[in-house]
Amino acid sequence: MRIACPFCGPRENGEFSYLGDAKPKRPAPDAGQDAFYDYVYLRDNVAGEMEELWYHGGGCRSWLKVRRNTVTHEIFSVEPVAGAGAQKVAS
Amino acid sequence: MSAAGQTHRLAAGGLIDRDNRLSFSFDGKSMDGFAGDTLASALVANGVKLVGRSFKYHRPRGILTAGSEEPNALVELRTGARREPNTRATTIELYDGLVSASQNRWPSLSFDFLSINQLASPIFVAGFYYKTFMWPSALWEKFYEPLIRRAAGLGRAADKSDPDHYEKAWAHCDVLIAGSGPTGLAAALAAGRAGARVILCEEDNRLGGRLLSDGGTIDGIDAAAWVAKAEAELRSMPEVRIMTHTTLTGAFDHGVHAALERVNDHVPVPPEHQPRQRVWRIVARRTVVAAGALERPIVFGGNDMPGVMLSSAVRTYINRYAATPAKRLALFTNNDDGWKTVEAALAAGVTVAGVVDARAEVSAEQRALAAKHGFAVLNGVVDHVEGGKAGVAKIVAALAGGARATLEADGLAVSGGWNPSVGLTSQHRGRPKWRDDIAAFVPDGAPPGMIAAGSANGEFSLAACLMEGHSSGAAAAGDLGFSKSAGNTPVSDEDAAYSLKPVWTVNSKHKAFVDFQNDVTASDIALAAREGFQSVEHLKRYTTLGMATDQGKNSNVQGLAIMAELTGRSIPETGTTIYRPPYVPIAIGALAGHHRDENFHSTRLTPSHHWAAERGAVFVDTGLWKRAQWYPIKREKDWLVSVTREVKAVRSGVGFCDVSTLGKIDVHGPDAGTFLDRVYINTFSNLAVGKARYGIMLREDGIVYDDGTTSRLAEDHYFLTTTTAKAGQVMQHLEFCRQVLFPELDVQLTSVSDQWAQFSIAGPKTRDLLRDIVDPSEDLSNEGFPFMGAREVMLRGGVKARLFRISFSGEMAFEISVPTRFGDALVRNLMIAGEKYGVTPYGTEALGVMRIEKGHVAGPELNGTTTAADLGLGKMMSTKKDFIGRSMAGREALVADDRQVVVGIKPVDKARRLRSGAHIIPKGATPGPETDDGYVTSVCFSPFMDQWIGLGLVKHGRERHGEIAMAHDPVRREDYEVELCNPVFYDPEGGRQRG
Ligand SMILES: [Zn+2]
Repeated sequence: MRIACPFCGPRENGEFSYLGDAKPKRPAPDAGQDAFYDYVYLRDNVAGEMEELWYHGGGCRSWLKVRRNTVTHEIFSVEPVAGAGAQKVAS
Repeated sequence: MSAAGQTHRLAAGGLIDRDNRLSFSFDGKSMDGFAGDTLASALVANGVKLVGRSFKYHRPRGILTAGSEEPNALVELRTGARREPNTRATTIELYDGLVSASQNRWPSLSFDFLSINQLASPIFVAGFYYKTFMWPSALWEKFYEPLIRRAAGLGRAADKSDPDHYEKAWAHCDVLIAGSGPTGLAAALAAGRAGARVILCEEDNRLGGRLLSDGGTIDGIDAAAWVAKAEAELRSMPEVRIMTHTTLTGAFDHGVHAALERVNDHVPVPPEHQPRQRVWRIVARRTVVAAGALERPIVFGGNDMPGVMLSSAVRTYINRYAATPAKRLALFTNNDDGWKTVEAALAAGVTVAGVVDARAEVSAEQRALAAKHGFAVLNGVVDHVEGGKAGVAKIVAALAGGARATLEADGLAVSGGWNPSVGLTSQHRGRPKWRDDIAAFVPDGAPPGMIAAGSANGEFSLAACLMEGHSSGAAAAGDLGFSKSAGNTPVSDEDAAYSLKPVWTVNSKHKAFVDFQNDVTASDIALAAREGFQSVEHLKRYTTLGMATDQGKNSNVQGLAIMAELTGRSIPETGTTIYRPPYVPIAIGALAGHHRDENFHSTRLTPSHHWAAERGAVFVDTGLWKRAQWYPIKREKDWLVSVTREVKAVRSGVGFCDVSTLGKIDVHGPDAGTFLDRVYINTFSNLAVGKARYGIMLREDGIVYDDGTTSRLAEDHYFLTTTTAKAGQVMQHLEFCRQVLFPELDVQLTSVSDQWAQFSIAGPKTRDLLRDIVDPSEDLSNEGFPFMGAREVMLRGGVKARLFRISFSGEMAFEISVPTRFGDALVRNLMIAGEKYGVTPYGTEALGVMRIEKGHVAGPELNGTTTAADLGLGKMMSTKKDFIGRSMAGREALVADDRQVVVGIKPVDKARRLRSGAHIIPKGATPGPETDDGYVTSVCFSPFMDQWIGLGLVKHGRERHGEIAMAHDPVRREDYEVELCNPVFYDPEGGRQRG
């Protein structure tokens, strides 16, 4: 598999680490244990298109959002996450 | 040795060099061949028919094919450490001095003891593993398994380490072409002319594919001349790379392919510094599969007898190698292509005994040929052959009208039609589709960017192959924007339709083989059908059809056809099994490449490694690192003596230890403090510049993740350390926090693990030693550099260093960091300056002893199940801020009061050794899950306590200091009394490290 890192270009998947579903968002600090339980443990097991987080540890160390079909491995888009690169996102 | 042995060598012709005679041996018998031969063609030329014994029944077997799909002619190649089993004689290029041996026979190929398996064949039927050896199970290890292992092996692996090496390489191209027959050459020419970067992979040692065996006319010239011209043009293009000896074996995602290059299998020993084989990963934007087609056998009685050979292979031996497999040849065919073998044989002066053609009609030309040469054309099928291990002698045909006829021949060429090579195109779970007109599966789509052309796509005429090859090569290049002219399409007038009448199996009373390599017969398939194993995947696993190294290339379609007939379904309804890489067998050594022995993984050396090696340090592998474990000195025979000496030297004087393996991360930016507050359970934003603080990170599920010290070097600059084991993971985790969770923070992370050499210097004389190293202007007094101080200092000689007053040993200690390139100089200077203080280098063992004596937790306690409170560090958890893991750490089970917590443990009998892993149970209790209170995690011999001590995780441990409990160690069969105690054995008040 090859992933086109927006900073480094197309690279072999051995350079990347997989995290999984990009959808779960870390709850607010006071959201309570149930919200954190969902965030930590519950994942959809998608057979098809899904947005995933990959880490380019063997390259620029950016976290990337990859839209990928988990069945065919077709990759539709690769984008840096909000804080990737040297940018700072306005709070 | 003379050509006299080459009884089956034709007088003229062939792509062999008759001036270059090569001597080789097979089963100890010396023979001759010529350069250009394969081992198989040389054996054919020498009249050798019997080359091996089959896997299960030990039946005599000959050569079936002329390619990498060969199921029978598997030999042991070379001798000694280079001996390689199960190599296919059909792909081994002959070299002078080649040594080969048949396999799977005892005592000799000609007389094989286990061929009596044939007589016992009723017990070796489909599923015999499951049926015969199921019961009684007690017999499995003692009897069945050794029996099967001895009986059902193939070749023997070398019993020494392989002296050759193998490597892995990457290549990139626009258009990758698999196969250099007419289709592949036409595709390469078109894509190359258009301007694309082309890689042309050819399994064989030369280009041409079937043209080398079948000849023909292309663009008005002889096929051989056309191949030479095409190759010359391709070699003139700088962007075209031709890779012979290279089989494309796998198609993976996004245009990544695997290929095996046999770099030096055609020489006895690879030249110096050259690998034997090389595994390529080829990244291609487009792929043209021009892998051709494989002829398939027909299932009839005795179809595995030596002398029965695929028709196209007979043609290859005659035309390409000038070696005839038979002096008097018969043909069994169901299609026109088989007749080409008759023509080739006649042209070579071989007598043709007759043709058995399953079709009711043959062409007028074919009849005329038979009449001219006086051989019979029989309409029917071959029922069985007669003969033996020396080869076939008689062919018994069952004629269409019901009569029988016999042909006398010493060879039978068989053509059951052709199967396009659909392996590569189907590797992404693609299921090929059935084409009735050619009675074969063809690719039904392919992975993105890949297309099949020519015979691999079911187009069998030379004209169609050239046309489709050219158009697919041009289209692939055009797709990618290469717009130069692809030139003219090569043309041939050989465009005859392929006429075939499917015949899969002949209803013979004799044993008829479907899968030669795994000895699967037609009746095995019938048995599977009767017993309900009718799905192709069940059929495969129950009978082992298609599970041998040829992966069913010679057998699957016949097997499916037989199953289809038995179950009243069509072949496409019966379906195919899943195609998986690799397309041909690959040696594990080739896949490993250089990653073997000491290069199995990369090795990281600490900055003091070479110095430590000079001192004779004993090293231990920790992850990729080699760390000095202890430094034995003269006459120290036992590790414990060395380690105890090192500990005592530190506690009484001064010692140092390389701790460069810790992960080191620079954290920069105005929000650096806020960031650290969110990833550690304690607070760092309020840490003063010039100070260090111990910190703990949790996972988001509330369990302790990692620990280390973080120092604030400037308002917007922190420096943190991780454990050695988690260095990479923590970096990834922190980048996740920074980029994904908290992108609004203005902070940057830099891994500086390899940039700093770091040493811990510990013991009461530390300051004395440091004063000889550090510039005199630096104040190292307790006031000038207090406990947990951290700042940059200048060393004597003008090197800037970072100094941290932190202690892992419980002693007065500093950690000093210098740029890695100065690490070796620093350690040597520490030894020189420290001589008068008796400075002692210490290794990871002494480091461990002192941390256990001091009650510091480490890897065995941070084991992925413990909370901060379990480790006695619960008070560090800030209640004033959010941090990773805070919410989940409050879960009921993680704050329960009966959790196992860190406690000190020491045997009541001071002479007894404590062992890690021993369980702690209340005194007097019966050991069991209900009475299990925890276990010992870390142990050491403590010079300070003068006995073995340890740390453990024990229920209610903190309330049980002073209690006598039992250590129960069922693995070592030990039970002994221990006292639970304060985990801080050494200087619990901490005066020494603060002094
Ligand atoms: Zn990158």
